[in-house]
Amino acid sequence: MDLENLKDRNIGEQKYRMLDLEPTPTTGWGKFKRVLRRSVKLELLVGLKVTIREMFKALFMGEMHTVKYPFEKLPISPRYRAIHEMKRLLESGHYRCIGCGLCEKICISDCIRMDTRYDENQRKEVSEYTINFGRCIFCGYCAEVCPELAIVHGGRYETASEQRASFSLFEDMLTPIDKLKEQKEYPGFGAVSPNADENIKPTPLAY
Amino acid sequence: MSENLITVTIDGIECKAKEGEYLLNIARANDIFIPAICYLTRCSPTLACRICLVEADGKRVYACNAKAKDGMNIVTQTEEILEERKAIMQVYDVNHPLQCGVCDQHGECELQNYTLELAIDTQEYAIADTKREVKDWSSVLHYDAGLCIVCERCVTVCKDMIGDAAIKTGPRGGDKLDKELKESMPKDAYAMWNKLQKSIIVPSNGTDHTNCSDCGECTAVCPVGALTERDFIYKANPWDLREVPSACAHCSSACHIYYETRSESISNPEEKIFRVKNEWNYQTLCGAGRFGYDYENRDAKRDPDALVRAAETVKSAGTIKFNSMITNEEALMLQTIKEKFGVKLVNNEVKPFQEFLKHYAKAAGHMLYKDSFADMRECDFIISVGSKLRNDNPAARYLFNNIQKMNKGAGIYFHPVGDTLIPTFGKSIMTFEHKPHDEEYALLLILKLFGDHEKLPESVKEKFNEDLVARLGGDSESFEATFEKMMKKKESFALMVGEDLYYHPKAANLAKLVALVEESTEFKVAFIPPKSNALGVALICDLDQECEGVVVGYNEPGDFKISALGDGEFDIPAMNQQEGTITNMNKRVVVLNAALDYNGYTLNDIMNKLGLGESLTVDWTSKLPLNKGYQVARFDDLPDGFKNDMSENRGYLLANLSVEREEIELEEFNEKALEGDIAYRCNPQRQFNDFSDKAHQIFEKFALYASPERAEELGERVRVDFGESGAIELPVEVDERISGEIVEVPDFKSAYGVYDLFGQNRYAEVKITKV
Ligand code: SF4
Ligand code: SF4
Ligand code: SF4
Ligand code: SF4
Ligand code: SF4
Ligand code: FES
Repeated sequence: MDLENLKDRNIGEQKYRMLDLEPTPTTGWGKFKRVLRRSVKLELLVGLKVTIREMFKALFMGEMHTVKYPFEKLPISPRYRAIHEMKRLLESGHYRCIGCGLCEKICISDCIRMDTRYDENQRKEVSEYTINFGRCIFCGYCAEVCPELAIVHGGRYETASEQRASFSLFEDMLTPIDKLKEQKEYPGFGAVSPNADENIKPTPLAY
Repeated sequence: MSENLITVTIDGIECKAKEGEYLLNIARANDIFIPAICYLTRCSPTLACRICLVEADGKRVYACNAKAKDGMNIVTQTEEILEERKAIMQVYDVNHPLQCGVCDQHGECELQNYTLELAIDTQEYAIADTKREVKDWSSVLHYDAGLCIVCERCVTVCKDMIGDAAIKTGPRGGDKLDKELKESMPKDAYAMWNKLQKSIIVPSNGTDHTNCSDCGECTAVCPVGALTERDFIYKANPWDLREVPSACAHCSSACHIYYETRSESISNPEEKIFRVKNEWNYQTLCGAGRFGYDYENRDAKRDPDALVRAAETVKSAGTIKFNSMITNEEALMLQTIKEKFGVKLVNNEVKPFQEFLKHYAKAAGHMLYKDSFADMRECDFIISVGSKLRNDNPAARYLFNNIQKMNKGAGIYFHPVGDTLIPTFGKSIMTFEHKPHDEEYALLLILKLFGDHEKLPESVKEKFNEDLVARLGGDSESFEATFEKMMKKKESFALMVGEDLYYHPKAANLAKLVALVEESTEFKVAFIPPKSNALGVALICDLDQECEGVVVGYNEPGDFKISALGDGEFDIPAMNQQEGTITNMNKRVVVLNAALDYNGYTLNDIMNKLGLGESLTVDWTSKLPLNKGYQVARFDDLPDGFKNDMSENRGYLLANLSVEREEIELEEFNEKALEGDIAYRCNPQRQFNDFSDKAHQIFEKFALYASPERAEELGERVRVDFGESGAIELPVEVDERISGEIVEVPDFKSAYGVYDLFGQNRYAEVKITKV
């Protein structure tokens, strides 16, 4: 592209209309007259009409419009990316994370760490898992890469606390075992697409 | 080697190669990619995977075992070949557990890589799975048959390189393939599957345990997560590890290794070594190198007062006693201290070797042995004298074995301590269990058999009249016939000389005989330096015989101990915490890099206090003595690695400088036989020094090692009395691969002063009593 194109602002045809304003008074007397006129005409209340009406409705007719945060919260989009949640398997209650480390690797702020070990049942145990929320930029890559739908973003956006560490350990993010029934699948980044079945080619089985 | 080079064309690219070289190796040397799974360089092709299929002059051949002929035209990919390769990968993926997520090979797995490379996105084949067990084969080996693709690389390396042949293929008990498949699927894929479906890997001895050298090389070569190190299982994901190239410091081979480090855990951010890896196509490790890595000096601090004290002590000391766990740079600093302050330098591990080299140099006219072990790989006849090959130097032992396997070689092993493993390396191996201190006769026999008698002095030829074979404990009747058979079609010869010759009452004589072998035969000759950097110390330091005055121990006991083991008055970095160089047995100056942090002072800091220092330890690298063959090379400029054509590109080779030659005059031979119980100074496999002992995966104990029969006689614990030089009490351990009466006393713990017990010899008459 050459400069000519840049210079052509291409704003098209504009239809501006000048407001029909009375000239601004310049003398002290003229100014005083205008203040007097405006006060007597109660123009202010015209502006506040809607507000006052809604205030009456809210106070006396039970039609409240604002949310009483923090006593009330609005539902947020399921695709909102706030503090992570670690899901469990519904069948066994075991945490879903297998310790594959993909989230750790993909994380562009390098804020995920995990400790794993070979446990007594010959499985990979995730003995600790943390996200440093001081660095996390809530990009959602971890949730997208996770092959187990184990790590997802939750809706917990209130991250003011004395220490961000207070919600960054495995147990802080894991669905509490007594809340397992309420655990919901996450429809955001990395979730199974509705037409996933169509995209899969079945593997033959010899049984 | 002055072989004629031929030309082959691979995918239109002209490549020069040696006649008879495998196509795959030629392609690799010229940066042409041919997929290959089962082939290991330096080992025999097994044709297990068949994926390396190519077309040579229109015919289908396997690149890993087809030999190059002049003018050959090779196409690495046709539609038909691609079809085969895809089918092969599909077959490998049949019933392969979907557990990449937890697998330790994840991210560096060849099955993953080739599945992606060949874009396998569908599966056409299926067969019922068989239950395959997870087994711990030894204290370090973990085998998950479920993940094994039976490429047999582990089996091949263990047989062709290591020599243990501790594992083999065993029955899998899988279903038979459907007959129709033979017609319907690509035929190489079918053949591969047919074999795969029949086998898994099992220990060769019929038990659940390998009872092997525990070198872990099989785990290194395994392309998938089937064979892994027990300690590493599920500990860290490979991609989180930081790779630090360096050299193993345990023996004089100074093998190229990678330390793989990561922060210890979430709660401890300190860097820690998680495992050691190697370039297994070019370099084979032993158990000490692979598992003996965590010997760092952890909690060292900088205490300025201690530094002042250390500098003062060093300056006023009578002697600095050290060993060969030391870099060239540190050795040079000690030498500088000696030159400035007249402190004596005592090194029991190196002094006799240094003397031996001096005698040899005078007789041979050059400072160092003529050849290197790396040159010997082409030989087809190899002789070892004076080395307990299995224990002294794994690299030399692998070479001895590899020559038998790859070059249809033959070998002679001279050693007083019987070894049941060495004879299994090949069909043409002769062993002589001669009497201790009879090594002169072994060299005489070599001179008699191979030497140009014209060139030999009369004093030597005189001795040929004796029945040397009988003297060495062989059978002179059958010798000639056996020897003739061994010599069939043999063209190039090699002699490895070991530590027994340096620690010998007639070491000077032996050095001269070795020089004679070098001069009057076609043999390639190389010495095995006794311990890690023994060659470097021998060249750089001017060593003294006896300690005097206040002794400063440098990783050795002493009145003031400077130690990298964390047990001294002053801390120095261990070999995995510092930069520097080592002079290895191939006469190569190789690079050490620091894998871990070190917070304390170094020897260079002491030097600075004494006004002799450089700004960095590695500034000493370019000051290594030119008159010993070193170069003026900056540490940072030294290369480190291997090239695709398998050549070693590490550091630089020492120049072999000429020295004035003296007439060879032999002294009387040693005639005094040792009597009674005989002890031999020798470490168990995988143990070399205090540092290997500190590593948590090296389990071999400080004990008296004996053959099973002898151990039974000796009971659980014995006192070994060396007469005047003292005695030592040791538990008794069985080494199933020792035979005969001689017992082995290790020297890897410096605190026990085992060198002082043995004096200038490796064998000693002792009295062994049960306690
Ligand atoms: S990607 Fe998922 S399964 Fe893998 S470690 Fe992260 S949370 Fe666990
Ligand atoms: S061996 Fe390779 S393909 Fe198999 S589970 Fe492990 S990483 Fe995946
Ligand atoms: S254990 Fe590994 S190296 Fe050995 S056959 Fe199986 S896949 Fe190959
Ligand atoms: S550890 Fe070494 S000796 Fe043992 S089976 Fe593996 S390759 Fe063979
Ligand atoms: S101890 Fe010797 S043979 Fe073993 S890995 Fe180290 S340098 Fe190589
Ligand atoms: S690499 Fe050639 S057959 Fe496997």
